[in-house]
Amino acid sequence: MAMNANWVRVCALGEIPLLGSRVLDCGQADAIALFRPEADKVFALADRCPHRGGPLSQGIVAGKTVTCPLHGWNIRLDDGQACAPDVGCARTYPVQLRGEEVWLALPLELATPAGAAEAVA
Amino acid sequence: MKKPRLVVVGNGMAGIRTLEELLKLVPGMYDITVFGAEPHPNYNRILLSPVLAGEQDFDDIVLNPLSWYADNGITLHLGKEVTRIDRVRRRVVAADGTEAEYDRLLLATGSVPFILPIPGKDLKGVIGYRDIHDTRTMIETAKVKRNAVVIGGGLLGLEAANGLRQRGMEVTVVHLAGWLLERQLDPVAGALLEKSLRERGLDFRLNTSTTEIVGNEAGEVAAVRFSDGGEVAADLVVMAAGIRPNTALAQAAGIHCNRGIVVNDTLQTYDPRVYAVGECAAHRGIAYGLVAPLFEQAKICANHLATFGIGIYKGSAVSTKLKVTGIDLFSAGDFMGGEGAEEIVLSDPAAGLYRKLVIRDDRLVGACLYGDTADGAWYFKQIKDGTAIGGRRDTLAFGETAMGEAGTAGQDRAATMADTDEVCGCNGVCKGTIVKAVREQGLFTVDEVKKHTKAASSCGSCTGLVEQILMNCLGSNFQETPKTKAVCGCTSLTHGEVRQAIREHHLVSHAQAYAFMEWRTPNGCATCRPAINYYMLSTWPREAVDDPQSRFINERAHANIQKDGTFSVVPQMKGGVTNPSELRRIADVADRYAIPMVKVTGGQRIDLLGVRKEDLVDVWRDLGMKSGHAYGKSIRTVKTCVGSEFCRFGTQNSTQMGIDLETMLANMWSPHKVKLAVSGCPRNCAESGIKDVGIIAVESGWEIHVGGNGGIRTEVAQFLCKVRTAEEVKEYTGAFLQLYREEAYYLDRTVHYIQRVGLEYVKRKVVEDAESRRALYERLLYALEGLPDPWQARIAGERPREYTPLKLEAPERRIPATLED
Repeated sequence: MAMNANWVRVCALGEIPLLGSRVLDCGQADAIALFRPEADKVFALADRCPHRGGPLSQGIVAGKTVTCPLHGWNIRLDDGQACAPDVGCARTYPVQLRGEEVWLALPLELATPAGAAEAVA
Repeated sequence: MKKPRLVVVGNGMAGIRTLEELLKLVPGMYDITVFGAEPHPNYNRILLSPVLAGEQDFDDIVLNPLSWYADNGITLHLGKEVTRIDRVRRRVVAADGTEAEYDRLLLATGSVPFILPIPGKDLKGVIGYRDIHDTRTMIETAKVKRNAVVIGGGLLGLEAANGLRQRGMEVTVVHLAGWLLERQLDPVAGALLEKSLRERGLDFRLNTSTTEIVGNEAGEVAAVRFSDGGEVAADLVVMAAGIRPNTALAQAAGIHCNRGIVVNDTLQTYDPRVYAVGECAAHRGIAYGLVAPLFEQAKICANHLATFGIGIYKGSAVSTKLKVTGIDLFSAGDFMGGEGAEEIVLSDPAAGLYRKLVIRDDRLVGACLYGDTADGAWYFKQIKDGTAIGGRRDTLAFGETAMGEAGTAGQDRAATMADTDEVCGCNGVCKGTIVKAVREQGLFTVDEVKKHTKAASSCGSCTGLVEQILMNCLGSNFQETPKTKAVCGCTSLTHGEVRQAIREHHLVSHAQAYAFMEWRTPNGCATCRPAINYYMLSTWPREAVDDPQSRFINERAHANIQKDGTFSVVPQMKGGVTNPSELRRIADVADRYAIPMVKVTGGQRIDLLGVRKEDLVDVWRDLGMKSGHAYGKSIRTVKTCVGSEFCRFGTQNSTQMGIDLETMLANMWSPHKVKLAVSGCPRNCAESGIKDVGIIAVESGWEIHVGGNGGIRTEVAQFLCKVRTAEEVKEYTGAFLQLYREEAYYLDRTVHYIQRVGLEYVKRKVVEDAESRRALYERLLYALEGLPDPWQARIAGERPREYTPLKLEAPERRIPATLED
């Protein structure tokens, strides 16, 4: 995915609360949730629980997981996998911290507003 | 660095369960070697009876296939009996010379059948009943021989006898006591059991001891002689007169044994490098022979092997169930009664029904059920919880159904349910799914069933039913969920211990709390964090800092999250009273923000459903009303009737009383939601009987009822006291709620709190002791004073980021893609 990705600056690190999250509005596409489980760590997942599509960005962040607010599935932040015994996976997006800034690798279809249409062209 | 070596002697349920628990905690910490005397991987010994009876095959009862050992890097020596422990050089030696060195040694050698020291005990055809080898011997013998004698009318003996009978043998059971299962049943139930087993073709000799086993020329069993001079022919003799902890190995190695390998509360023997679990271990003088205690031991032992050093094993309460298909009996606790005990007996011998409950000091201490055991799990829970019986005494004998449980009516008998019947209405889990998971994945506790099937994991109202299904699958191996369980996986402390630590050590921040209580995780989990947050806030008001990241989204955003990620907004409407201006504003807001549904709630308010999160603050601003706290573990609403202002029956101004209470309690956080109601007369139109605090006005004052609940399980509120003035209503209500706030465990409603401490205790604190009441009331007012309305705080700009999504910057302002990425 990295080859097709487009790195964008999303926000300052301080704009995501520690042990909390922010949601990134992606217009027509599914929103992306940014989590900050430790002071200098940020992870990004599709804001959709693999169970019933709950907004993961609204869950409680603890340790290496976020707990979906709808039915309590625990999703690992680093690889998006649901913790056993649940089975499922949320899409992950690469994140980099450049100084105090949070950068996110968007897949190409999100990288331009025209999205998929341009990608095909 | 070389890993420490753990050697396990005994490849049975206790030893392997300990390894499973250990691997869960610290995978890869040890190099593990397992010795098993039998040539099989770990199997479910409890299910030998169904195998004998022909209901299951050996393959069905294997718990850990060989691949499990390989996957976990465990060296497995099958069919090698360890014969010597060399404690000086720290190694064990097996009969064939195989050796293994250890840093920690776990003994799980189980038990051996007690063989009566009588002439003929060594004849061919005399066996115990402990393992799959014995079971197969019985199955093979039944194919070619006719007569069997089982010595011992205990659980094991009867299961063996039943199995042999089912395989076509003529079976006589010899029993020393005057009735069957004398350790599990009282004489009446024992007689019922005997009758029903006789109908199945078993023969019994009670009050009889065996004096000799007679052999033929070939050295095979031929007959058995009894103390009364009688004799019966026998081709097979099963000794089921009890089991003895298998301590030979430990004893030979000089490890202290006394009716078992003596262990302390951490399952450690007198040699600190050596641990023992299961039937071979004697803890506080007791060697357990059932599986549930073994699993509790395994958990604690694993904790210490993992060097966490937290758990303490305090012994187990046990219940029994006979695994003979078609015969239902259950017993638990002190079912014999005696001095100082009261008994409730329900007996219908013709129908084969018998039920005896033993009560001491208004608490159920024992139960013995025959014929219908569907309520067994429920009674066992009552015994373990030590819940006060109080007003439930009249219906106690009729079981859980009689106590009324909404939502599961008519479906409370697990045994009679079809596999396709739904057990968990929340998650759509059928009985068959649960049974399958229990059998195939080797589940033993309700918690495990919850995890694997999701049944009982949402509202929890089917927990009792799941317990019953589990019991029916597992028989006496059913492991009841301990009431005093840890808050979550982050700690071994219980809710009570956590509350105490926060109070006694003045803990006011999460970091401080986790450090002091030695949490296993750096910042807790979604289960413990909200609880700790509440405990600190309620114990140290105005000092503890509320942590929004430790609150469920609803309390963080002050609105209720819906399935599609939108929110619902319920403005405060004290006592259910509104006015044209508020209604107009609500209508305008609904129009302006295109709110898809406007609905009247059960709490006499109006709910605006489907509000986008980013609109919440604007919606609140435009409403110009306060938060109704419909989203929190907090005060919700005070429901009222119109009372004496309008109603021709009203005796007091219930509406105003409700408004005053709701004003007083505004912004109050609590262990769980708190709902109140005030009715203006005993017709009770505000439904005060099912509220946490229900006030009923009468001509001479107000009655206060507490602990009612209209939710998952309907609970009728109990009468607390009667007061004269409205001011007193506020004081008593406030004092009761403060007591609940200070002492209840997180997510316990008032009914659960009262069940735990007893209504008498609450009355002492709130009604009888005026000083205590006033102090409680004042502490409540102190805690609530100056708390801001959360919506107003957000409108004023508090934590705006919660409601504002980040946006992608416009493409032209972005930095172009770089190839190395």
